[in-house]
Amino acid sequence: MSADKTLDLASIRARTADARGRRYWQSLEELADTEAFGDFVKREFPAHASEWLDPVGRRGFLKLMGASMALAGATACTRQPDEAIIPYVRTPEDVVPGKPLFFATTMTLAGVGAGLLAESHEGRPTKLEGNPDHPSSSGATDALGQGAVLTLYDPDRSQSITYLGEARPWASFSQAMQNQLAELKALNGAGLRFLSSTVGSPTLGAQVKEILAALPGARWHQYEAVSRENVYGGAALAFGEPADVHYKLDQADVIVVLDADLFGAGVAGNVRYARDFANGRRIRKATAEMNRLYVAEPTPTAAGSIADHRLPFRASQIEAAARAILAGVEGGAVPSLGDAADKFFAAAVKDLVAAKGKGVVIVGDRQPAAVHAVAHAINQSLGNIGTTVVLTDPIAVDATSQTASLTSLVADMNAGQVQLLVMLDVNPVFTAPVDLDFAAALKKVRTRVHAGLFDDETAELSQWHVPTTHFLEEWSDARGHDGTASIVQPLILPLYQGKSLHEVAAVFSAKPERNGLDVVKEFWQAQPQAAGQDFTKFWRKSVHDGLIAASALPAKSVGKAQVPPVTPPAAGSGFEVAFAPDPTLYDGRFANNGWLQETPKPLTKITWDNAVLVSPATASKLGVKSGDNVEITWKGRTLQAPAWLQPGHAAEALTVYLGNGRRRSGRVGDGVGYNGYALRTSDAPAFGVGAQVRRTGGVTLIASTQGHHSMEGRALVRAATFEEFKKTPDFAHHMGEEAPGKTLTLYNLTAQQRERAVAEHAPTTYAWGMSIDQSVCTGCSACVVACYAENNIPVIGKEQVLRGREMAWIRIDRYFEGDAENPAIYHQPMLCQQCENAPCEVVCPVAATTHSSEGLNDMVYNRCVGTRYCSNNCPYKVRRFNFLLYSDWDTTSYKLQRNPNVTVRSRGVMEKCTYCVQRINRARQDSKVEGRTIQDGEIKTACQQACPTDAIVFGNINDPDSRVSQLKAESTNYGVLAELNTHPRTTYLAQVKNPNAALETELPGMEKEEPRAFPKVPGKDMSETNSMTHAPR
Amino acid sequence: MADRQPPMDSHAAPAPAGAARPPSDVLAPGHSFGSVTDKITSAILRPGFLPGWVFGFVIAFGVMSMFLFAVSYLLIKGTGIWGVNIPVGWGFAIVNFVWWIGIGHAGTLISAILLLFRQKWRMSISRFAEAMTIFAVMCAAVFPVFHTGRPWLAAYWLFPYPNSMNIWPNFRSPLIWDVFAVSTYATVSILFWYVGLIPDLATMRDRARPLIVKRLYGILALGWRGSAKHWQRYETASLLLAGLATPLVLSVHTVVSFDFAVGVVPGWHATIFPPYFVAGAIYSGFAMVLTLAIPIRAYYGMEDFITMRHIQNCAKVMLCTGLIVLYGYSVEAFMGWFSGDPYEGFMIWNRMTGNYWYMYWFLIFCNGVMPQALWFKKVRTNIPLLFCIALVVNVGMWLERFVIVVTSLSRDFLPSAWGMYAGTMWDWMTYIGTLGLFTWLMFIFLRLLPMISMFEMRTIVPSAKIKSEGGH
Amino acid sequence: MHHVDDTPKLYGLMAEFDSATAIVSAARKARDAGYAKIDAYTPFPIHELDSALRLSRTKLPWLVFFGGIGGMLGGFALEYWVSVIDYPLNIGGRPLASWPNFVIPAYETTILCASITAVVGMIMLNGLPQPYHPVFNAPNFSNASADRFFLVVETADPKFDAAGTRQFLEGLHPLGVTDVAE
Repeated sequence: MSADKTLDLASIRARTADARGRRYWQSLEELADTEAFGDFVKREFPAHASEWLDPVGRRGFLKLMGASMALAGATACTRQPDEAIIPYVRTPEDVVPGKPLFFATTMTLAGVGAGLLAESHEGRPTKLEGNPDHPSSSGATDALGQGAVLTLYDPDRSQSITYLGEARPWASFSQAMQNQLAELKALNGAGLRFLSSTVGSPTLGAQVKEILAALPGARWHQYEAVSRENVYGGAALAFGEPADVHYKLDQADVIVVLDADLFGAGVAGNVRYARDFANGRRIRKATAEMNRLYVAEPTPTAAGSIADHRLPFRASQIEAAARAILAGVEGGAVPSLGDAADKFFAAAVKDLVAAKGKGVVIVGDRQPAAVHAVAHAINQSLGNIGTTVVLTDPIAVDATSQTASLTSLVADMNAGQVQLLVMLDVNPVFTAPVDLDFAAALKKVRTRVHAGLFDDETAELSQWHVPTTHFLEEWSDARGHDGTASIVQPLILPLYQGKSLHEVAAVFSAKPERNGLDVVKEFWQAQPQAAGQDFTKFWRKSVHDGLIAASALPAKSVGKAQVPPVTPPAAGSGFEVAFAPDPTLYDGRFANNGWLQETPKPLTKITWDNAVLVSPATASKLGVKSGDNVEITWKGRTLQAPAWLQPGHAAEALTVYLGNGRRRSGRVGDGVGYNGYALRTSDAPAFGVGAQVRRTGGVTLIASTQGHHSMEGRALVRAATFEEFKKTPDFAHHMGEEAPGKTLTLYNLTAQQRERAVAEHAPTTYAWGMSIDQSVCTGCSACVVACYAENNIPVIGKEQVLRGREMAWIRIDRYFEGDAENPAIYHQPMLCQQCENAPCEVVCPVAATTHSSEGLNDMVYNRCVGTRYCSNNCPYKVRRFNFLLYSDWDTTSYKLQRNPNVTVRSRGVMEKCTYCVQRINRARQDSKVEGRTIQDGEIKTACQQACPTDAIVFGNINDPDSRVSQLKAESTNYGVLAELNTHPRTTYLAQVKNPNAALETELPGMEKEEPRAFPKVPGKDMSETNSMTHAPR
Repeated sequence: MADRQPPMDSHAAPAPAGAARPPSDVLAPGHSFGSVTDKITSAILRPGFLPGWVFGFVIAFGVMSMFLFAVSYLLIKGTGIWGVNIPVGWGFAIVNFVWWIGIGHAGTLISAILLLFRQKWRMSISRFAEAMTIFAVMCAAVFPVFHTGRPWLAAYWLFPYPNSMNIWPNFRSPLIWDVFAVSTYATVSILFWYVGLIPDLATMRDRARPLIVKRLYGILALGWRGSAKHWQRYETASLLLAGLATPLVLSVHTVVSFDFAVGVVPGWHATIFPPYFVAGAIYSGFAMVLTLAIPIRAYYGMEDFITMRHIQNCAKVMLCTGLIVLYGYSVEAFMGWFSGDPYEGFMIWNRMTGNYWYMYWFLIFCNGVMPQALWFKKVRTNIPLLFCIALVVNVGMWLERFVIVVTSLSRDFLPSAWGMYAGTMWDWMTYIGTLGLFTWLMFIFLRLLPMISMFEMRTIVPSAKIKSEGGH
Repeated sequence: MHHVDDTPKLYGLMAEFDSATAIVSAARKARDAGYAKIDAYTPFPIHELDSALRLSRTKLPWLVFFGGIGGMLGGFALEYWVSVIDYPLNIGGRPLASWPNFVIPAYETTILCASITAVVGMIMLNGLPQPYHPVFNAPNFSNASADRFFLVVETADPKFDAAGTRQFLEGLHPLGVTDVAE
C-alpha cells in the first residue's frame, strides 16, 4: 500500500496508538509483513546504526535513539507479566509505587546457574542481588551478575526475527522450519545439526533428548570457549565416567590452587567459594586459626592476590607440578621444578599431609583432563574426596568434549553433510578455534539458523536470526555449581520479539508452538522432587524460594583414581601463551555492556581495552613498556596487541585475553581491544608454548585507572602475618601516624561549650559507619559494578577515562610491594569515607556538601556549582565530577534500568558515594511505619550486598551491638589517613595473612619502618612500570 | 602635597626615592604647568589615530575574540573541554586567576602605599598602573566564574543574597573569602582610579574642542572647578583611600593564598603562603608595569615624565620582592625536610624530581636566578635588557602558580589516585585570550584618558614651589 | 544665553594669577582685608591655601571611620546570622559560629564600606556633581584646570562693593580682574 511506502515512526505509533501488551505485539507482526516495515527496520535498527555513531571512544554509548524502544513498545515494560509470578518478600497485590519488589530468578553462565534476587521497580528490573538461599550465591554475586541487568536493556539487542535481514513474524519462521523438518524427516534427520552453548537447563536437556529421539540422524553439538570439558574429561580419565566436581572450602584448612581463577567472574561456584574461603580467615579477637591458601598460576588472579603464598608459574608446567605434589603426598621421589617451585610445593605438600581430609587441591578448568585426573588422585590419597571435594554427576546434560564435538561438526559441514544448522545462544564465528575456520564451513551449510540476544558475527552469516530472550524475560531452569536446580523467572515481558531457547527448541519437536512456562512446568511435574505433593504448591514454593528443594546432585562414590600417563612436554621453546576469559567481559558476550567495559580489570585496572600481559622482567628483556604494541607469532598466526607489564606474572609467558575485539557486538563493544581468539587453535584452546614476540613499534594508549602501584612507604594498607597478629593484635596502630585527639582544635572550648557545639550538630539514634575487612577482599570488583547499577553512575568511555575522569563511586585501589616478579598484592576498596571533619565540606563556597545529623557527608546536586574545590581537598580523591554531560538522557532503554530513587546527575556537578542513602531512607520509612528503630543488618549498601566475601559491613555505630560497631572495636581496625584528623566513618581492618613459617617469605608490605621522608623518585621504580607517562593521566 | 612639607619627607621615605634628592629627576627639566598639560592631553585630543595604535588595537581585538570563542564553546560543552580531571581539579583557570590578580597588585601598591610614603616618583606611573590593576582584575575575575561546572549559577550563587529557599553561601570557604576580597578590591580600585581622574577629566573638559567630547568629559568631571575647599576634601579623601587600599591590597593576595593554605593538600597547606604570595604579587605586578611602561613611554615620547629614575625604582622593587619570593621557595624546601612530615617531604622532592621537575627548575631560574642581574646599575639602566627580565619574571610567576596548583594535586595522599594534567588547546586559547582582552582594554584607555595624572605632575613642576612671603 | 535688555546679575569679581605663589599671597591678603566669601581656584592642590583662606578641617575622616565600623559590624552580623540563626548547618564538624573564618569577609566589608563612604562623602560634601557654576562664565576660567590660578570675591560678601573690591584686587597685581556673572 502506498501509505506504507513512507512508513515512519509516527505512523507506526499512530497505527498502534491504542495498542497494549499482547495486542500490541500482534499489531507489530501485522506491520512486519509490509515491506515498508522492512525498510523502516533498515533505517531504524541499531544493528544498522552502528556506523553513524561518533568513533570517539565509546561515547556512542551516550548518544543513542529511542525509536527502537518505541517500536518495542516501552509501554509494555511497565506491566507485570501475565503469568502469576511469586514475589520473594511480598505478594504482588501490594505493589506500592516507589517500593521495589524482589523476585527470585537464576542467571546461567556456561551452563551453571547462580541464584539471584531481582529488584523490580513497578515492573522494571533495575538491579540484581544474590539469592541468600541459593548455594551458589549465598546472597552475593560476581561482577557479571551485577552487570547482567544492563544487557537486558542493551539498545543493540536484536529486536525482530529476520530472514536475510528482512523482518519476519514468528509464524513464518516456525513454518519455514517445519518445511525444512519435513524434508529431513525422510532422512531420519540426518543433515540436521544443533549447536548450542553448554546446556545446563534440565528442561532444555529433556527437550534435546526428545528431539534427538524423534530424529535419530540429527546431532546436537555444544560449544563454549570457556567450558568445563576438562573437568568432565579429568573425572572420566580418573574414574572411568565423567563427573562434576565442586569444593567445600568451608571444610578446608589448606587450599592449593593450581592455575584456577577460583574467585574470578563467571567461574562456576566462584561466589560461594569466595564466601566459604573468607569465612575461614576472618581475623577477630577470638580467632585462633586461619586457613592457608597456596596459589601457583601464570597470571595473577583474585585468588592469587589474596593467597598466603603465590608462585608465578607457567600454565604448561602445572601438570608437572601436580604430579610432583602427588609424588610428595604419596611419599615418592619428587622431580625438581626449580628452586622456588620446589620449596613452594614441598611446603604445600607438608601442609596438605598434615591436614588430611581438611585440605584440597584445585585445578583450573583450562588445565587438560590429565591434570584434573592427577588432582583427583592427590585429593583421594589425602582423603579429601567426600569432605572438601565432592564429585557429582555432570551438571551439563552432555559432558563430552566440546572442542572435539565442534571439530567433528565443522568436518561434517565442510563435507557438505549439514543441511540445516541451528545455532542456539552461541557465537562460534567469533569464539570457535581459529584453525577450524568456522565461518568458511558455515557458508557450506544450506540453511543456517541463529538464535541469540544479538545480531552478532554468527547471525551475520545466517539466513535466519531469532532474537532470544534475556534471562530476565524468560521462564527456564538451571543447576547451581553443586547441582541444585532453580527456576529462571521472568521479571518483565520480552522487550523485543524474543523467544526463549525452550520455545525455539520446541519448533523442532513434535509440539512446535509452546510457551516456555508450559515446557518448564511440564518437565518439573515429572520430576521426583515434585512427586507426592500438590504441584501448584511445589511450583509456587520453588519459584518463590528461587530453588527446588532437595535437588542438589548426590555425591558420587568413586573407585581408585587412575593416574594417566605423563603427557609429553609440548614441543617447541619460546614463550607460553595462555588464554583467559576477560576478567569483566567473560568470553565476549558482555562486550557491549558499558558497565563491564568501564569497570577496571581487578589486577591491571585497565578499562575499555585488553592487553597482553607479561612479567616486568620478560618485558625488559623484550624492551617493551606498558602500552607498546607487540606482535605475537604462534603456529603460523600472528596477533597484534598492546603489551602490559603485570607484576607477579610468570616469566617467559603471555596472557592473552579473550572477549574483546568484537566486530558486531554493538555500539559499545565494537572495535574495543584486540581479539584473542585470532590466536586460539583447537589443539591448544587453553595454552601452549612456542610463541614468538616482538615489538612492532607504536604505542596504544591504554586507559588504566591506576597509574601508580607502590604505596610509597605510606601506611595505607596495613598488613601482618597471623603470627605477628597473635603477638601484637594491635599491630595496625604501630605502623603509621594515628589520628590526633578530638581536642586538637582551633576553638579551645570549655567542656560545656564543647557540649553545646556537639548539641549543635544534633546527634540522633543513628550514626552510620562502615568497616572493610582487607583480609578477605579479593578485589573481584563486584561492588564496583553494583554501585554503577544502584546509583545510576554514567559510563564515560575510554577517551574520558584516559583523561582521568572515571565516575565510579567505589574503586578498588591495588598496590604492589616488593619484588616486581612476585610482589605482595593488596586490594583496598576506596569510597567516600564520610569523614566527621570532612575537608570537602569546609571549602565548598555554596554549602553544596554538608553533614547530615546521622553523619553522612551529603552532596546536594542542585546546589553544586562545580568549583571542584571539594575534590581537590579530599585526601581520598573519591569525589567524581561531571566534566561533560555524562549521563545518557536520550536512550529510552537505559532509562528503564535507572534506579528511580537516585538522581540522574547532570553536567557540571560533583558526585560521590552516599552510603546508598536511598536504601537508608527506605529502611527509615519502613521502621517508622512499623514504629520501631532500624534493625542491624536491615540496611545493606549495594557494595556490601554484592560482596562475595562479605568484606564490607555497614551499620549504626551508635548501637554498640551492631556488627559494624563490633568490627570497629577490633584491634586491627584503623582509619586510612586518619592522621589528617578527618575522623573517617569508614574504617578498615588490617590485612592478616597466614604464611607458612617454612617458606619465610618477607611479605614486603610489612616492614614497620616509618614512611620515608624522601621516598624513591616516582617514575624511576617498578611501581611506575604501568604508569601512562605518555598520556594525560 | 609632599613637597610642601620638607620635614615630613625627611623621615618618611625608606624606599629608594629619598626626598633629599631634588624633584627634578622625576621630571625632566624645563617643564611648565602648560607644557605638562599640553604634552599629556595631546595624546588624546589629537585628531585621528596613530597607525601604531590602530595596529596594536586590531591585533588585541583579534586575540580577545578568540577568548570570546573559547568561552562560548566552554559554555556549550562544559568544563570537560579543558584538561582538568580528578585528582587535578584545578588547572590553567586557577593558575591564570592567581597570576592576573597578582599582576593587579602593583597598581594599587604604587598609588596607595607609595602615596602614603610620599613617593613623588609614583605620580607619573600611578595612572596607568591603576588602569592595569583594574583590567588585570577583570581578566582574573573571568576564570573563577568560568572554571566552575555551572558558571550561569556560580555567577550569583556565591554572593549572599536573600532568596526564598533561605540558602546562603558557606562563609567558611576560602572561595567565598575570594569573592569578598576580589569584589572589594575591584570596587576600591575603580573608585580610587576615578577619584584620581576627576581633576584631569575637568582639564579634558576645558581643553576638548568638539562639543560632544566636551560634554562627555564634562559629565565625568562632575563639574569639578578646583576650588580650594574641594581640593582640601579631595586630598583627604585620596589619603584615606590610600590608607584603606594598603591593607586591602595586602589582604587580597593573602586571601587568594588561603585558597591553597586552607586546603589539606601537601604543597598547599603552608603558613608561609600569605607573605610569599603578596611579595610574588608585587613582584609580578612591577614586572608588568615595566612591560607596559617601557613601550608606552617610548611610543608616546613620555621619557620626560617616566624617567630612568622611575624605571630604576621599579627594577629595585622587583629585586627586593624577588628575593622575598626566593626566600619563600627555600622555606618550602626546608620545611619539607624539617617538618619530618612524609607527605610534605615527598611533595617537595616530587616538585624537584617528579614528572613536572622541569616546571620547577625553570621557575627557579625565571624568578630566582635571572632577577639577580638587577643588582647591577648597568642592567637596571639598560632598557631592552630590563624589558626582557620583566617578561621572564611574568613567565616565572605563571610557572610558580602552575607548580603550586598542578604539581601538588597530581601527587597527593593516595598513590592510587595520582594523575597527570596537561592543558588542552581550549585552556591555552582562554589564557592567551585574556592577554588579548587586557591589551585591548589598555589601548582603549590610552586613547581616551590621560595616561599620566596631570594635576599631580603639575605639583612637581618647579614653578609650583611657593616662594617665601614678601618675595614677590 | 540671556537677553540684551536685562543686565546680568553679578556673582563676584575674579582675579587671575599665573603662579601658585601669587595666588597664595593674594588669598592671604584678601582674607586679611576682611573678605569672608572668597574662594581660590587652582589647577592642582595647594596646601598653603587652607591656611591662607583659613579653611576649617573637613569632617570626612569621621564619616569614613563610621562607614568602616558599620561595614565591619554589618559583615560579621550577616555571617553570624546566616550560619548560626537562619540556616545552621554542620559543615566539616566545625562549630556553627566559626568566628576565625568569619573574620576575613568582615575585614573586607569594613574596607569596602569605608572606601565607598570616603568617595561618596567627598563628592557629596563638595556638592558635586554640579554642572553649572557661575565661575565657569568667566572668560579665562577654562585655564583653571591647566595653568592659571583664580581668586574670587563674591558679591554676597558683606564687605563687597563693586568699585572698592575691584580696586583691592587690582592691587594684588593679577593678570586681570573680570566680572563673574551669576
